[in-house]
Amino acid sequence: MPLLEIKNLTVSFDTSAGPFLAVKGIDLSVEPREVLAIVGESGSGKSVSMLAVMGLLPESATVRADTMTFNGVELLDLGPAERREIIGKDMAMIFQEPMASLNPCFTVGFQIEEVLRVHMGMDRGQRRARAIELLTLVGIGDPQDRLNAYPHQMSGGQCQRVMIAIAIACNPKLLIADEPTTALDVTIQKQILDLLVGLQERYGMGLIMITHNMGVVAETADRVIVQYQGRKMEEADVLSLFEKPKSNYTRALLSALPENATGKRLPTVSDYVPEEEPVAGAPS
Amino acid sequence: MTVTVLEAKDIVRDYKIGGGLFSATKTIHAVKGVSFSVQKGKTLAIVGESGCGKSTLARIVTLIDPATSGDLFIDGKKIDIASESLTPELRRKVQIVFQNPYGSLNPRQKIGDVLGEPLKINTNIPAAERRDRAMAMLTKVGLAPEHFHRYPHMFSGGQRQRIAIARALMLNPSLLVLDEPVSALDLSVQAQVLNLLADLQDEFQLTYVFISHDLSVVRYIADDVMVMYYGEAVEYGSRDAVFSDPQHEYTRTLFKATPRADVESIRARLARKAA
Repeated sequence: MPLLEIKNLTVSFDTSAGPFLAVKGIDLSVEPREVLAIVGESGSGKSVSMLAVMGLLPESATVRADTMTFNGVELLDLGPAERREIIGKDMAMIFQEPMASLNPCFTVGFQIEEVLRVHMGMDRGQRRARAIELLTLVGIGDPQDRLNAYPHQMSGGQCQRVMIAIAIACNPKLLIADEPTTALDVTIQKQILDLLVGLQERYGMGLIMITHNMGVVAETADRVIVQYQGRKMEEADVLSLFEKPKSNYTRALLSALPENATGKRLPTVSDYVPEEEPVAGAPS
Repeated sequence: MTVTVLEAKDIVRDYKIGGGLFSATKTIHAVKGVSFSVQKGKTLAIVGESGCGKSTLARIVTLIDPATSGDLFIDGKKIDIASESLTPELRRKVQIVFQNPYGSLNPRQKIGDVLGEPLKINTNIPAAERRDRAMAMLTKVGLAPEHFHRYPHMFSGGQRQRIAIARALMLNPSLLVLDEPVSALDLSVQAQVLNLLADLQDEFQLTYVFISHDLSVVRYIADDVMVMYYGEAVEYGSRDAVFSDPQHEYTRTLFKATPRADVESIRARLARKAA
């Protein structure tokens, strides 16, 4: 049984110009212990579809799907309170901007312990012990001391480690990472990717890696979904995707990688895919 | 014939921080004696992580901040903005494009005014001609004349970066400093902007100082590469020399950390995982 199964997901936003379809009928499934990468450029709906799964979209969004089951539970039938029992506990998400996702007013220790208090009902001593354990697990030195640090006293890489600690605090079955390394330097990116994949293997989590970086896909994923303008263009295991991509769009993405440049000019996506439904302000 | 457009000798930049009532002043050595030179029509890439001093160096080369010590020559002439003020003539020679195209354009200025402003400040070209030149530059960077009266928020990230490049080119500079110009952009848009930069370099014989942390982009665009680490240039040489035979330990670490998207590496990883 898949850990997460979504059929025909559409998400639309109410705008002053009428409804805007951000996700147009996506099917997706993740098996337990699987790393699925969702690749696409901005506007491809990759983050929006995962926010829909988490139930974190604003009021202006309408989410429709034929099914959206997580761990055998139909998410669409759940009320907000029941939903909240799942997210943050069995299903957790980390975001692109580690500095912006932590609350600047509270110590990192408080923010890690908050999850443990809400979802696990641990007492103060247990929480502290688990928080120290978690910080050690994500590779933060001197954890006892760092629990009292505020986010601004840590670097971007360390903040992302704290975010990961919060996300895995309740041993989730599924971890969704939305561009977890985009804001970080390459050497730090490598450390964070190694950490995520290491934790995924150690605890047998399902991991959804949302990214626009083909290198990150190549280094982490088992299976890949390529999205473009709210549609799924291709789904394949990681080796076949890079070896013989089926869709024109995937070919375009791969050849736009500077390391694959053969001539003086880089091919661009518009050489391969006709711009569909031009939107005001879309890249020309 | 090669002409040296930019030459820097032992550039040092210190920042003093603190020094309140009860604390002593602390000196941060952001750039510790860096030397390099760039020939006309060539691209020097400066690579490093956040905090290595590459943006500080960019500000010095762009004549925004003075160096604490060291000599800077532009077109063979020694320049010291600490002792003499910057002339419009000098400002015309060096321009910069910043990383974040969302933060570097004034949201209340129309694109036409964004492009006309460098001319307004630094030259006495009449308004009608400023407008004509702005129009011409718009089409040069791949935008359309009807964009002239629009505001920055009506454009995508890639288009904004085109506008920022257009603004930098309005004064006909010989040296363009590009501070991570494509790192905020999507892959396909990144390819378009890199192509645009290559075309403009050919057309205007522009000299680029290209700052980046993305080695695959650097490998594609650079003639020479300088790797910085904690304010020092740990590696400096031609692109082929640096990429084929990196001398410094840190350069090798950087190469190793860069994710590889080729089929061989994926095979190797899957094999490791199955084992």
